[in-house]
Amino acid sequence: MPKVRKGVEVSIAIADAVAQADTDVIAAYPITPQTHIVEHLSEIVANGELDAEFVPVDSEHSAMSVCCGSSAVGARTFTSTSSQGLALMSEIFFIAAAMRLPMVMALANRSLSSPLSIWNDHTDTMMVRDAGWVHIFVENGQECYDNIFCSYRMSEDPEVRLPVAINLDGFILTHMIEPIEYEDDETIRKYLPPFTMINALHPDNPVSMGCFGMPEIYTETQMNREHGIRNSYPVILKAWDEWGKLTGRYYRPVETYRADDAEYCIVTMGSYGETAMEVVDTLRAEGEKVGVVKIRLWRPFPYDEIRAALLGKKSLVVIDRAISFGGPGGPVASELRSALYQKKGAPTIVNYVAGLAGRDVSRKDFRNIILEGKEKARRGETEGFTLYGLRG
Amino acid sequence: MKKIFSRPECLKPTPFHYCPGCGHSILHRLVAEVIDEMNLRGRIIGIPPAGCAVLAYDYFDIDMCEAAHGRGCAVATGFKRSRPECIIFTYQGDGDMAAIGTAETLHAANRGENITSIFVNNAVYGMTGGQMAPTTILGQKTTTSPFGRRSNVEGYPLKITEIISTLPGAAYVARTSLATPAKVMATKKTIKKAFETQLAGLGYSLVEVLSPCPTNWKISSIESFKYLEERLELEYPLGVMKEVTTEKGS
Ligand SMILES: Cc1ncc(C[n+]2csc(CCOP(=O)(O)OP(=O)(O)O)c2C)c(N)n1
Ligand code: SF4
Repeated sequence: MPKVRKGVEVSIAIADAVAQADTDVIAAYPITPQTHIVEHLSEIVANGELDAEFVPVDSEHSAMSVCCGSSAVGARTFTSTSSQGLALMSEIFFIAAAMRLPMVMALANRSLSSPLSIWNDHTDTMMVRDAGWVHIFVENGQECYDNIFCSYRMSEDPEVRLPVAINLDGFILTHMIEPIEYEDDETIRKYLPPFTMINALHPDNPVSMGCFGMPEIYTETQMNREHGIRNSYPVILKAWDEWGKLTGRYYRPVETYRADDAEYCIVTMGSYGETAMEVVDTLRAEGEKVGVVKIRLWRPFPYDEIRAALLGKKSLVVIDRAISFGGPGGPVASELRSALYQKKGAPTIVNYVAGLAGRDVSRKDFRNIILEGKEKARRGETEGFTLYGLRG
Repeated sequence: MKKIFSRPECLKPTPFHYCPGCGHSILHRLVAEVIDEMNLRGRIIGIPPAGCAVLAYDYFDIDMCEAAHGRGCAVATGFKRSRPECIIFTYQGDGDMAAIGTAETLHAANRGENITSIFVNNAVYGMTGGQMAPTTILGQKTTTSPFGRRSNVEGYPLKITEIISTLPGAAYVARTSLATPAKVMATKKTIKKAFETQLAGLGYSLVEVLSPCPTNWKISSIESFKYLEERLELEYPLGVMKEVTTEKGS
């Protein structure tokens, strides 16, 4: 593959990146809106472009189990799912992280049943927030393509050895045709070394994996996981930094837009970031001192970068795409409240939940949310959350 | 003048969303006719699948409750055990029944649950865009077997109906097809027989119905009925595989 810029569906670009990364095993069960990713991969494998095993398993539970198996023996492993599929594989999803098995997942974010819906929000990924995977949120097709390579780098690093989920908004990104810059194979080879798994399962070098944990040891295993994911942070930064040096496209755990001199900010995760920037441009022209803060790295949570970006602002308007029922509202806002609590210069936080199951959130809606949120903050209305656009 | 044809009472006057030539429309009508003829409408509960028939509750004017993909027979077990006087059926595609729901289905059959499954085999995952199912026949092209299914890579067509027929808990197990009008009529009789099996308390009943999916087979409706008869029926022979007529012991 030469370096080329082309108009391509984001799902296809993801599959192409998985192939360019010389992935060994792909196991998946189809679910909307992930289907184009795995369909294209099955084609690439069937026509001989990629020498890999494509396993069209009977369910997501099996898909994640196959991935654990292939990763444990040291094969570069990819899967993709969404919503109900993620829910079904969740048992093994947790185990993959606990067993420190490197793999990459493209998680096409979609709402959870019930009611049954195939459209986008973040309720699926929030269900597995605490599983111990690294979670990245991307905003457009280029970021999807790039982060396949970056994720493999992070995941397979011997210091990390954790599965990585790339969260991309279902339909909004998966089914979008965008101009995407493909890197040439040489660059990819330079960036992504072949996967060598230390302590891979092999009869020549016996190891035990996934052992029973008695009360004497279980607590320590959990602390080990906590250390593991926190220690991944510098490796994540380095993986993004080196990708930036090679391609000119740099990524950070927290990204800001016109936020430096802003009095207040809108905070988003995922593809909403692009709309937020558009709207902030208009509002700036009208004299509003507003900026955008986008969280790209959700786990491990980037406390330092968040504090650096947000302390000193008057207020934040946080858009969540999921509800924590009976809890603190949206998971992103609740995370920010706790990250900034009792810190000097902590802003007032107002939380909106919007765009559930694909309900459109237009520029006009963003504008309403930002301006109304600012007023709410001024009035001190910071309890709970507002479900934006709720009818009846 | 004598009226000789009308819409079954338990089918609402809602136009089907199915593609032209799809077997689901025919099969919905057959199930509805049987429910009317057996006068079951007041006591029947249906369980639609995740699959193209996910909106079955928009068409059937009976109680229905959606199950998660593959879980029909487990949900049906819950209904039947607590409301044995009701007639319970699942309506499931081959992905729903023979891939993701294999465990639920086999174990419900093995427990001899007194429920009925209508199993629509179109040899692909229709709803998600025609990917390969365990029931896809060798050589069949799908979106995840673009050059045709190969036994050495993707395995063999799964005959879950034959497997279930070997289970002592299964009372009535049959396979039919929608390929011709005569076979459509035979399918209706088979569905009736399955519900009668449940009414008699004999155990699990299963009707597999070979059904066309012209959209994902990427051929015309007319060709799809031919493909059904000439290819699918060859792989999946029609007939009654098991029929128990007396109540099982304890
Ligand atoms: C756990 C889970 N995984 C995947 C899906 C996506 N999905 C919905 S229907 C379906 C397959 C449908 O195929 P089939 O059961 O053969 O029915 P058909 O549409 O062909 O009638 C799939 C994979 C889902 N709903 N839930
Ligand atoms: S995709 Fe196939 S199974 Fe689904 S409605 Fe269309 S023809 Fe029927």
